[in-house]
Amino acid sequence: MSKHTITVTVNGQEQTGEVESRLLLVHFIREDLSLTGTHIGCDTTSCGACTVLLNGRAVKSCTLFAVQANGKNVETVEGVAQNGQLHPLQEGFWEKHGLQCGYCTPGMIMSAKYLLGQNPNPSEAEIRQAISGNLCRCTGYNNIVKAILYAAEKLNAPEEVAA
Amino acid sequence: MIPGEFDYYSPSTVQEALSLLAEHGDEAKLLAGGQSLIPAMRFRLALPAVLIDLNNIDGLGYVREENGHLAIGAMTREADLEGAAVVGNKYTLLADAAQVIADPIVRNMATVGGNIAHSDPANDHPAVMLAYGAEVVAQGLNGTRTIAIDDFFTDLFENSLADNEILTEIRIPTPGANSGGAYVKVERKVGDYAVSAAAVQLTMNGNTCTAARIGLTNVSAVPMRATNAEQALIGQPLTDEVIEAAGQAAAAECDPSPDLRGSEAYKRDLTRVVTKRAIQKAMERAGGGN
Repeated sequence: MSKHTITVTVNGQEQTGEVESRLLLVHFIREDLSLTGTHIGCDTTSCGACTVLLNGRAVKSCTLFAVQANGKNVETVEGVAQNGQLHPLQEGFWEKHGLQCGYCTPGMIMSAKYLLGQNPNPSEAEIRQAISGNLCRCTGYNNIVKAILYAAEKLNAPEEVAA
Repeated sequence: MIPGEFDYYSPSTVQEALSLLAEHGDEAKLLAGGQSLIPAMRFRLALPAVLIDLNNIDGLGYVREENGHLAIGAMTREADLEGAAVVGNKYTLLADAAQVIADPIVRNMATVGGNIAHSDPANDHPAVMLAYGAEVVAQGLNGTRTIAIDDFFTDLFENSLADNEILTEIRIPTPGANSGGAYVKVERKVGDYAVSAAAVQLTMNGNTCTAARIGLTNVSAVPMRATNAEQALIGQPLTDEVIEAAGQAAAAECDPSPDLRGSEAYKRDLTRVVTKRAIQKAMERAGGGN
């Protein structure tokens, strides 16, 4: 059995672990690090529930070995809120009813975060394209698109000036 | 599902990867983007004893024009291909395909070289590269050689790379004046393989087609060219009748298997339709036609 010591920066914190080569990144995140916000929805690289950012790029963490993340940065849904404040994307999903069962939501948020980093003013069509690797069985996607538009608008609004 | 056990190596140069490949022989698999290999390992359809990860080798990801061709490094991510300005401007067939390979998240990991080296007739790049008449660069411990794409795909998941060679680059001849290409794919949903797809690259002289190459996706056991469909176009004015004849030729010469995506008859007829649509689009882009 081939084991490797890896160090991965997850949501800004360095994490070191000993992993088998065959351990998938999603299992490292969920089981070794107990960050269960990242979900597993399929076995076929189809659903996108496990989407995380690897060195800033959205990837399906079920289709990557943990050992491949050695020395890299991973951001999961747990890293999205800052100082107890919901990220505008999270707020958008709340305000626009972007979820029902919530299973796809972590992956949707990570794909949306990647999109907004690349394209701060996406059109509705660009949003639909960007989340086309993430499946939702509840919402019919419309409210997810509205949630992402909400976040884009909020992120682009000038900061409120404190009185 | 959990893959079987394997030893993992992460070389930082092609030379190091080639040495590992020489050492482990056919027990080893190369890991590029992993978006086909890792799912296959999860289902234990692939059980390599050794994985040689190419992701930490610098210098294998690039898209650039040089010496009359577009050079694509084997580890170029599909998302980077999609975003490359030179592709959108001049290589329209490739640009069409880049937008419909798997889904956008998969394209952040998936690589052009992996898509071709996997030699799956369901993948999109094989048909595209057949239509372009591309070349593949194979590097071994004793040097590099180029392989014409027509000689590359030998069987289902099989190609003419030797066990001790690594595919390092793909070269697409820069299209000349009055040429155009298109990729038309029908898929059940984003991320699925094609039910059928056609890759067409044409050169026109007015309304007359002077050169044509056509590749088909997922309608044969080995990635294929539709040579009868090509012959139906070459030397002809591209009238509706000629385009229909080419579509029918492609439908007749492909060899689809019935599955959840459709019956053989349906896939043949869909191949006729996507071939016609791709010819029409390629012709318009070449500045010819009616």
